[in-house]
Amino acid sequence: MVIMDKNSNIKKENIIEIKDVSFKYGEEEELAVKNVNLNVQSGEFISILGHNGSGKSTLAKLINSILLPFEGNVLVKGMNTKDKEKLWEIRSTAGMVFQNPDNQLVGTVVEEDVAFGPENQGVDPKLIRKIVDESLKKVDMFEYRKRPPHLLSGGQKQRIAIAGVLALNSDCIILDEPTAMLDPEGRKEVMDTIKMLNKEQNKTIVLITHFMDEAVEADRVIIMDEGELKLEGSPRDVFSKVEQIKKYGLDVPQVTELAKELKMEGIKLSDNIIHVEELVSELCQLK
Amino acid sequence: MFKNITIGQHYPIESFIHDLDPRVKIVITFLFIISLFVVNHFAAYLFVILFLSTVVILSKVPFLMVLKGLKPILIIIIITFLINVFMTSGEVIFSLGPLDITKEGLRQAGFMGLRLILLIMGTSMLTLTTSPILLTDGIESLLNPYKKIGLPAHELAMMMTIALRFIPTLMEETEKIMKAQKARGADFESGNIFKRAKSLVPLLVPLFVSAFRRADDLAMAMEARCYRGGENRTRMRQLGITKKDIYAGIFTLIYLGIVIYSRFYW
Repeated sequence: MVIMDKNSNIKKENIIEIKDVSFKYGEEEELAVKNVNLNVQSGEFISILGHNGSGKSTLAKLINSILLPFEGNVLVKGMNTKDKEKLWEIRSTAGMVFQNPDNQLVGTVVEEDVAFGPENQGVDPKLIRKIVDESLKKVDMFEYRKRPPHLLSGGQKQRIAIAGVLALNSDCIILDEPTAMLDPEGRKEVMDTIKMLNKEQNKTIVLITHFMDEAVEADRVIIMDEGELKLEGSPRDVFSKVEQIKKYGLDVPQVTELAKELKMEGIKLSDNIIHVEELVSELCQLK
Repeated sequence: MFKNITIGQHYPIESFIHDLDPRVKIVITFLFIISLFVVNHFAAYLFVILFLSTVVILSKVPFLMVLKGLKPILIIIIITFLINVFMTSGEVIFSLGPLDITKEGLRQAGFMGLRLILLIMGTSMLTLTTSPILLTDGIESLLNPYKKIGLPAHELAMMMTIALRFIPTLMEETEKIMKAQKARGADFESGNIFKRAKSLVPLLVPLFVSAFRRADDLAMAMEARCYRGGENRTRMRQLGITKKDIYAGIFTLIYLGIVIYSRFYW
């Protein structure tokens, strides 16, 4: 499926197509994901928001073929995740970073861990060396290549995990709450890395999070609740619907909330402020 | 308290011995152990000691570090020595109450003691000069030919790697749980041995639960990174035989020749 991009007039392909997908964990269980339709374009940065149990992590696992849809189809670069023969190709295309930084590193040394993916793909040893060095340089962890992972900070471990996905040569990186267990410093490190990969390496990013400040950075925000897609649009549009978002058990970014409170107090501000800088500049222009 | 724990006793410096291929080192260690049991003269032990000291000197590992390896088994060495001294019958040279010290007993005890000491020192030279990762690689590569008869060489190596990776993580976790339980009034230090063993239960249960959870997460992460067992898998680090390995091999063969010769012709 090819869609014309409105802004650039460049043809962009859908790297991920989720068509009428439902999923439940067991026969008796309730649907964890209900009839979801979603397309992600190549090079796009989307973030999926939702409170605990909203089905957002399940959706991520469906894309990576860790889980298979109960109904409907998930296509990654045109490959159906149900197709067993394409399994490894799908997992190479859509790499995944998980929440717990400790539980996803396999190697006893950083470079060893980054090499794990290409080793599994059966890449030539000399080439692996090159791939590993390049991947570590991209996430700015090259000087740590000989360290054992348990001596790194949470943010650094997550960057290693991202390097591991880069080493798989994935076009698309799915991050399942990568910052949930990190301190603010680590969160910033990881977010900067994600943004850089999207802008400079043109990687498609699917960021699952419950931090509004992180979701704001995306091109498109999707809000899930009880397994359904509830809201979809640019961060500016989505976060302007403050009341609706609160109904789904989520918060709007702090700055949006503040702007709304200020407006209710009679200060003239525009409707959809999502960045701190915007509020600052608007406030400074007030008389 | 567990923060800076090192696994094994690898002494990371650069030396001729450190540079050797782990497979070569494992095989040489095996041959060395066999040679210890071939020796039956005290005089031949001189060659064993000469061989081992050459290795120690070439490895640049401080001699004290090598001796440290003996500490945990000191008791066993002493017991073995005493049993051999007193329990061997033969020509009595000294009597200590009901216990007789015989000439044969002393000889036998000296033999066994020396053998054990050399055995431990020899094997610790392997672990001192080889990092656990390289050791794992070496074992995997050596076991590879036995895959045909159903030996899971890759799986064994992968398990060892994962164990090495998670020991520090689980140590940290143990410490955390210990602190949490202490804060709730748990007492790990006082009481007799049974009491203390019992007090470990509230430590081990959460540790096991979390270890299983970690295993689950890790398995998923490994699959997501295209892990599908050992088939068609390549390795970034390639083991390779160099000139040094050949020299070490020749040296070991000469040593073995002397030891075997001493057994049959002296």
